[in-house]
Amino acid sequence: MQLTSSHPLEKAEASARPPTSSQRRSVGRLWMILLFLLPGFLLYAVLVLLPVVQAAYYSLFRWSGLGPLTEFYGLKNYVLAVTDNVFLKAFSNNLIILVLSLLIQLPFALMLALTIGKDLPGRTIFRTIFFLPFILSDVVTGVIWTFIYRPEGGLLNTTLQSLFPGYQLQLWLADPKMVLGCIFLVMLWKYFGLHLVLYVAAIQNIPDEIVDAARIDGSSPLQVVRYITIPLMSSTIRLSIFLSALGSLQYFDLVWVMTMGGPVHASETMATYLLQYGFRSFQMGYGSAIGVIMFATSFVFALMYQRLIMRRDLAGSLPEG
Amino acid sequence: MQYIQQRGSLRNSILLLPRYFICIVAAFFVLIPIVTVFLGSFKTNAELTSSPFSLPTTWHWENYSSILLQGSFWQSVGDSVITTLATVALLLLLACPISFIFARVPFRGREVIFNIVLFGLLFPITMAILPLYITLRNLLLVDTLLGVILPQVAFGLPTTILILRNFFQDIPRELEDATYVDGGSQIDFFLRVLLPLALPSLAVISMLAMVASWNNFLLPLLVLNSPQLWTLPLQIMQFQGEHSTDWALIMSFVSITIIPAIIFYLCAERYLIAGLTTGAVKG
Repeated sequence: MQLTSSHPLEKAEASARPPTSSQRRSVGRLWMILLFLLPGFLLYAVLVLLPVVQAAYYSLFRWSGLGPLTEFYGLKNYVLAVTDNVFLKAFSNNLIILVLSLLIQLPFALMLALTIGKDLPGRTIFRTIFFLPFILSDVVTGVIWTFIYRPEGGLLNTTLQSLFPGYQLQLWLADPKMVLGCIFLVMLWKYFGLHLVLYVAAIQNIPDEIVDAARIDGSSPLQVVRYITIPLMSSTIRLSIFLSALGSLQYFDLVWVMTMGGPVHASETMATYLLQYGFRSFQMGYGSAIGVIMFATSFVFALMYQRLIMRRDLAGSLPEG
Repeated sequence: MQYIQQRGSLRNSILLLPRYFICIVAAFFVLIPIVTVFLGSFKTNAELTSSPFSLPTTWHWENYSSILLQGSFWQSVGDSVITTLATVALLLLLACPISFIFARVPFRGREVIFNIVLFGLLFPITMAILPLYITLRNLLLVDTLLGVILPQVAFGLPTTILILRNFFQDIPRELEDATYVDGGSQIDFFLRVLLPLALPSLAVISMLAMVASWNNFLLPLLVLNSPQLWTLPLQIMQFQGEHSTDWALIMSFVSITIIPAIIFYLCAERYLIAGLTTGAVKG
């Protein structure tokens, strides 16, 4: 799969350049290429490519992370993973977060972006506010929301108690049935601003003339949104679905800060599961297998999504070879 | 025609009210957690529980002074600053030359190397974190700031290179020729023409990398064991664990760390949003 082809200009440039190519000059050029390319590429190879290949390799062994790899396991780690209820729970939690993001987070961001639109006076202030949670760290966010969800004296219970007399205190994060929904609400709070910003930028790009023409032809504002704005935003919407889905499959930080996957694995995700097994119980081989499964899930999703849905969009931005 | 426009603008201004209403309600829910944390940081624990939303009856500054006088707090600030600045500097230092080659210096096999780099876009750091940890251990980088900085740079390279390469490609060919006519080399063109022109893009990339590094949690959590190396996110976790019942104190700690972040955000918002929306929106 070749993602790029060389720029047409460059091919012309190679032949159009005056032939100053003395031997010395082309040796200098080679040195420049090496000098410019190697340091960064080496770092990338050692810290990104190598670990990815190693993950696939380690996953075939039973290994504590110390000493030589001797206990060859074949695919047993993978079999163990897909038959482990906790892992299946983590996997389905990732899928639940993904579905909730697509059904709630993105429509919410889209609705707000459409409300802000192109012309709402003071819209930059709203954009600033909505995007604010995105730049806070997951740790800060997690700590703030742990306070909000605290069963005793927490913000949410206190508020609900004063609004509805006789309200039964909820455990929120400590309740296995509620914990995932609670975490999703925090994700919504933190990440909807990113999608909103993308949508607002897409709306800004829609030419006024098209909207004006439709209005003069008698379209209602809702018709304009339905038949003009949203279709013209579609490539941005498809991209934001893609980003949101990949993020959901790899989610780690907030969960770790707020619940560490608990109570009783109710909020486990694949990433927290990987960390629990890889580092806490030193099963590097098994943890690596989880990593490979995570990658495979994301990869299959990305491939299918690009083939089926994003093909049109990518055709322009990444020339196909 | 004029009539229609007038009727349209009248309808628009009536529609403004519900639009503001929706935005203000949403803004309210976004801001509540942050504002309560900020107000709570000046309250006593009793007041924090009894009236979380009100202004503090007396403003308690003790929490702030007790945190600001702690050596461990400043230590983490220092560690976070060093890690972030080093990450951004090294990322630019490595990504600019590579992007230049990918954009402007054709040679056989270049596209293969470029695709290998792009391949990295598909790997989340979580997936390879265990082997990465072992690699860092073999390189004796565990429990050093460099052990956080180098992987951050490595995983930041693909996106950065992709953005910069596109930018470098768009610089007109004539500028490059003009450099050669003036007797300059390709390196002169890169250093004296291309990089100065790319400053706005470099600013955008730096700010995105800064936020990512400042907020990074997973890598420091695994790599840094010694408390004197902990970056701010780790310190916050530790602090919350230590003072798990003293929420007013925790809120003060959180406030101290988010106020500079918010100020930075307000100054850099334009760049951050420009960086995130480039490529996502086709003009």
